[in-house]
Amino acid sequence: MATAALPVERETYLNSSYGVKSWLLTIDHKRIALLYLIGVTAFFFIGGFFAMLVRLELLTPAGDLLQSDTYNRVFTMHGVVMVFFFLIPAIPAVLGNFLVPLMIGAKDLAFPRINLLSWYIFMLGGTISLYAMITGGVDTGWTFYPPYSSTFSNSNVTGVGVGVFINGFSSILTGLNFIVTIHRMRAPGLTWGRLPLFIWSHYATSVIMVLGTPVIAITLLLLVFERVLHLGIFNPALGGDPLLFQHLFWFYSHPAVYIMVLPGMAVISELVTCFSRKRIFGYNFVALASVGIAVLGFLVWAHHMFVAGISVYAAMVFSLLSFFVAIPSAIKVFNWTATMYKGSISYSTPMLYVFGFIGLFTIGGLTGLFLASIGVDVHVHDTYFIVAHFHYIMVGGTIMAYLGGLHFWWPKITGRMYPEAWAKLSALLVFVGFNLTFFPQFVVGYMGMPRRYHAYPAEFQVLNILSTAGASILALGYLLPMVYFIWSLRYGAIAGPNPWNAAGLEWKTASPPPTHNFDETPVVTWEAYNYDELPAHEEVPIAG
Amino acid sequence: MSEHVIGVKTFFLVWIGLMIGTIVTVLVAQYNLGPLSAVVALTIATAKALLVVLFFMEVRYSSRMTIIAVISGVFWLGILLVLTLSDYISRPWLTYPTQ
Amino acid sequence: MQDSHATAVHALQHHFADMEQQRETSTFGMWVFLITEIMFFGGLFLSYLVYRLSYYDAFVAGSSTMHTMLGAVNTAVLICSSLTMVLAVHNAKMGHRKLTVVFLILTMVLGFGFLGIKAVEYHEHWVAHEVPGPNFHFDHPDAKHVEIFFSLYFAMTGLHALHMVIGIGLVSVITYFTWRGRYTAGYHNPVEITGLYWHFVDLVWIYLFPLLYLISHRHGGH
Repeated sequence: MATAALPVERETYLNSSYGVKSWLLTIDHKRIALLYLIGVTAFFFIGGFFAMLVRLELLTPAGDLLQSDTYNRVFTMHGVVMVFFFLIPAIPAVLGNFLVPLMIGAKDLAFPRINLLSWYIFMLGGTISLYAMITGGVDTGWTFYPPYSSTFSNSNVTGVGVGVFINGFSSILTGLNFIVTIHRMRAPGLTWGRLPLFIWSHYATSVIMVLGTPVIAITLLLLVFERVLHLGIFNPALGGDPLLFQHLFWFYSHPAVYIMVLPGMAVISELVTCFSRKRIFGYNFVALASVGIAVLGFLVWAHHMFVAGISVYAAMVFSLLSFFVAIPSAIKVFNWTATMYKGSISYSTPMLYVFGFIGLFTIGGLTGLFLASIGVDVHVHDTYFIVAHFHYIMVGGTIMAYLGGLHFWWPKITGRMYPEAWAKLSALLVFVGFNLTFFPQFVVGYMGMPRRYHAYPAEFQVLNILSTAGASILALGYLLPMVYFIWSLRYGAIAGPNPWNAAGLEWKTASPPPTHNFDETPVVTWEAYNYDELPAHEEVPIAG
Repeated sequence: MSEHVIGVKTFFLVWIGLMIGTIVTVLVAQYNLGPLSAVVALTIATAKALLVVLFFMEVRYSSRMTIIAVISGVFWLGILLVLTLSDYISRPWLTYPTQ
Repeated sequence: MQDSHATAVHALQHHFADMEQQRETSTFGMWVFLITEIMFFGGLFLSYLVYRLSYYDAFVAGSSTMHTMLGAVNTAVLICSSLTMVLAVHNAKMGHRKLTVVFLILTMVLGFGFLGIKAVEYHEHWVAHEVPGPNFHFDHPDAKHVEIFFSLYFAMTGLHALHMVIGIGLVSVITYFTWRGRYTAGYHNPVEITGLYWHFVDLVWIYLFPLLYLISHRHGGH
């Protein structure tokens, strides 16, 4: 029996080789996931910094902190960094990269070198965009609408456009890798019907990445050519049509929001089953709902263009389709809730994030239905109502799921437990901070405060102050995990292979896993989430 | 080997079909068929494309997944084209009285 | 056959169970990539369709400047290159190294031929002030939209030509490896998937040619 001495030095993916080169030239999906973790975390805090500037400016009705030109650059860069360099890659490239091969019993993704290439492309696109932001910035909004972006803007549209264009290929290659991997590399016995829903959701996400991203790639390319060569494809003065840009842009950018939320849903499905100690309610429905979201998500894009000048008949069609796309999301929410019913609930940190996600995503989704009604949208388009709507989903939804997933799989990734008390405190701060930040924005938007303005009428100030106060609390809630996660690498309790007694193949190997993932390829004969066959959940070890 | 091997003779037949299709489409383009011109040209192009996809790219003997992937790609392009064009085509249907 | 088995085993990557899984995975991966290319070109095809519907006369005028004969010859050149490519893959499956190399080289030669003819066409357009930008000049009441036709012409054929260049690059790498004996009857999947890419580039041109060159119902060419 082992004594109180240090644990035996076993080969893991972390200690199998040392040195910068072994990390920068790795083809191990687990190491690449950590490379992405560093990248997306850096971009998250950069995007957060821009958000802080926005909220500081909006403390007062007058545009007194930043000039309007500067403010335009700040909110644009907040959007570009958060959307393209954090939200889209975060869960798939960090948790997906780490877990997809493990969850299906494979040794790696289908194309490990393309996986590494994906990361380099991501870093290259991000660096170019950041450089462009530092040397002039962009002031067009993250939506880059021409003819302002192609003709009139004096900012670095070309630089950021090129950076985002390049970054798109990172997304495409990751999606391609996941699709092929899930089709071809499942362990023996692991049929589609036995896959964790995490895999189904990431599969659906990958389909969107592969089919949608190329369209924004060509669109940004055309925009850059138009700006540099003074072509007229989108410029009405030269015979072009600015709405063509919007159609092409939103054909990707609407499905992109499902790229952002589906991986969050993937995490929730894993967490809600583990912390309810129950099989998922309606497995088939949740799996098909993921695919349904991916497909229907491509049919609704012009609901971003209701006031842009599209035809009334097209608007009505897109409005109707937008109502339909809510259905699969609702099905998932019902099924997660039903999973919890009569389950054995434990309130560990990941589960707190699950509660937050389900509540806040539901609010965000329902407000999306308001926006799908053309009559309402006409009034609240380009107000803070929209801003609140998408932040409820992307921050209240995706980022909560990301944090929940990071906590849940942290022991698997690092072999250490995070400190539970601090983690619970952070989750609470995030929840309170989030609601204080964004709920006032629904109110103030409904009352008519426009978005992307650095000044506003004085009667909106109180709500804006509340929002900024909330943002400070939210920021603290995000900073604490940075601190204690790093702390846990040295001082966290050592985690065994399965500290949560969770179902799933990733828990059947050591924490952290060896480079080759499994000593023997598993043969799967059981259904997913077989919690009725697993022992009861133990107490989470407290750090000490 | 589980692959099906397509014979050289088939390849040459397909090649002849493609060349004939090219000649036909150029000849037909000399005549003014009004809106039918585009339909004919695209039909011939699609026939040629099918020959390339089914025989040169061997989709005729490929797995179901490959066929699904190809059809999905074309279908998604269709979504992009049809839904966007539905906006442009339906814009003149509703006119507002000018004052 | 034993030699091909040895090569095959040597080529097996560490994360695959066997060569068949590796081959099927690699082929499927190329197909998924080609699907992304459909959507990539698709944005340009949409732009083309929108403007052609809205400004048909300008598009007829632009298309009438196209050298239909050169375009038709180029179409034939690409079709022949697809044939040579398919014959290269066929011989690779049979393990005929030298014939494979011959057909791969022929494919590249035809590819260069295509690019050469394209260069001639581009030059003709440049001389005739038909390249969009400060040098553009076209005698037509709706010259703005004729310029858009040419913008899309150069964007679509330019992107296609870029893919041709990449294709020739890929084929040259495969030719070198074939020459060096890397592929056998048991392992030649890289040749097959390069072929898939090459045929896709041909497919794009099969649609570009009628859409860009054959709108005009007058006799083609300058």
